[in-house]
Amino acid sequence: MSEQTMDAAPATVAARSPQNAPADRPVKPAAGEAGRGRKVFDGTLNVFSHAFLVVWGLLTALPLLWVVLSSFKDDAEILGDPWGLPSALRFDNFARAWTHGNIGQYFVNTGIVLAGSLTLTMLLGATAAYALARYKFFGSRLVYFVFVGGMMFPVVLAFVPLFKIVGGVGLRDTLPGLMLIYTAYSLPFTVFFLTAFFRTLPDAVAEAAYIDGCGPFRTFFRVMLPMAKPGLISVGIFNFLGHWNQYLLPVVLITSDEKQVLAQGLANLAISEGYRGDYSRLFAGLTLAMLPVLVVYAVFQRQVQSGLTAGQMK
Amino acid sequence: MRHGKYPLLLAFLLPPLALYGYFVVSPYAQSFLIAMTNWQGLSPAYEFVGFDNFKRMMGDEYVWNALLNNLWLLVLLPLLTIALGLFLATMLNVGGRGGRSTVTGVRGSALYKVIYFAPQMLSVSIVGVLWAEVYNPRSGLLNSALRALGLDGLAKVWLGDPAYAFWAVLAVMVWANVGFYVVLFGAAMQSVPRDIYEAAALDGASRLTTLVRITVPLLWDTIQVAWVYLAILALDGFALIHVMTRGGPNFSTDVVGLRLYTEAFGDYKWGYASAIGVVMFFVTLSVTVLSLRLTRRERIELS
Repeated sequence: MSEQTMDAAPATVAARSPQNAPADRPVKPAAGEAGRGRKVFDGTLNVFSHAFLVVWGLLTALPLLWVVLSSFKDDAEILGDPWGLPSALRFDNFARAWTHGNIGQYFVNTGIVLAGSLTLTMLLGATAAYALARYKFFGSRLVYFVFVGGMMFPVVLAFVPLFKIVGGVGLRDTLPGLMLIYTAYSLPFTVFFLTAFFRTLPDAVAEAAYIDGCGPFRTFFRVMLPMAKPGLISVGIFNFLGHWNQYLLPVVLITSDEKQVLAQGLANLAISEGYRGDYSRLFAGLTLAMLPVLVVYAVFQRQVQSGLTAGQMK
Repeated sequence: MRHGKYPLLLAFLLPPLALYGYFVVSPYAQSFLIAMTNWQGLSPAYEFVGFDNFKRMMGDEYVWNALLNNLWLLVLLPLLTIALGLFLATMLNVGGRGGRSTVTGVRGSALYKVIYFAPQMLSVSIVGVLWAEVYNPRSGLLNSALRALGLDGLAKVWLGDPAYAFWAVLAVMVWANVGFYVVLFGAAMQSVPRDIYEAAALDGASRLTTLVRITVPLLWDTIQVAWVYLAILALDGFALIHVMTRGGPNFSTDVVGLRLYTEAFGDYKWGYASAIGVVMFFVTLSVTVLSLRLTRRERIELS
């Protein structure tokens, strides 16, 4: 590193002088050996760095592409020629995965659970956050910290008692049980994020709604909730992905095969395929499970990226 | 607005609090009590044994082995992910120096970001199944590539050999997380004024110097958050390892969360499993507090 700094010293002097020149005129390359040296150095580094970007891009994209391509192959091609292209587009792999591999059932289960859990999470999260952000009452800070404190506990700590509690109310191995549990475990972050968001909304709007004769409930649903839309979208995307990808909770709470959700069912499918050797069905199942989120992502990638990273930074 | 405050508070707070209290707060609280019992799960009878479970844990080499694996992850996962994430984000956002002294992103940086971020969309179970196939010793992407390049000696039974399984799993964790931090760091870099980078370029700072002396200090808050988040991830690791190796071969990829799961639902030692959970909670808590403390630095205010 010190070598580079030494090397760069003459270039510094040379490069500083044209600073007084009008901004639109291109800066002349610094004269002399040192200047030319830097140019070459920069050029090679650019090629090198670009190569690195490409390599990481391939490392990321190749496994995904490979799975999609393999899902069209038959078992002989998968085992014999892993890097080859499929000789025909065998859509029956997908049909087999959907029916015999139970992927269809898993999709339906996941859809049912998500419809319930997302609605509940957003409704309960938004109302709780609104109450905590807008109103001061006895114990409001305590309630807030109880909610937010939930983020500090590793979920596995709850495994044993949760298994017992959910069984106690007859919700073990049921989809409604999974909805309620997903919702409950999503509340800490949702309340945390939305409380911060509701606090940024101006008081004046709520006051104006009140003066116009709006009751507190109507103020929330008609005025404040629409204003909180950007925050709701961010946390909604976050929860959608979280619930779609959830693996820990179903592993503990769902035992029967026909009640499993996609993430869990796919992992079990992989284990059983390993024994049965039906690889094409496994790859087709993997593709089916992978594509919906990737397509949604491709369409909404800007919102998804900013939603998720904003969630992290709050 | 003041009158009618309590109906709203009750309607808005009671349902979420009830659900949350019953399914989240109560299990967490109960696990601390169960940790003090010898409850065997299948039988309803149990008695309080004080700290016996914790004493037994001190001599349980499986727990120690799992904890050690978590600690390795704790060191390596944040380090590798953040280093790679910073490097790639720098290349994407300030990597290009279009001939003049202007600092711009590399051409096509948006496309790179979309690709890098994609694994973040996939569930842990998809990532696990996918990579288990990539590592497949016979037909996997990795080994067949190595064989095609004539490097047959490097083709290993990645997930079946205790010498490689841990590293193979670590690589998957880094793979799945780097993209997120490229985007996160990239967003933070966008808020750094361009002229700082231009000044550095004019002063002849190399890219590495720029990264270490300018980018890292200015992004310290973001890096700190990333560090804590990755540390928590490293202390968990349950889901991915449950899918990929179930802790094997020969416990080389076992982690504390998986140990708890095995004790609880394999052997039905609910008391002992809860005690492991309690230890895990305190380890996670102290690591979070420690890393926040250790990485605290004077904040650099821009503008």
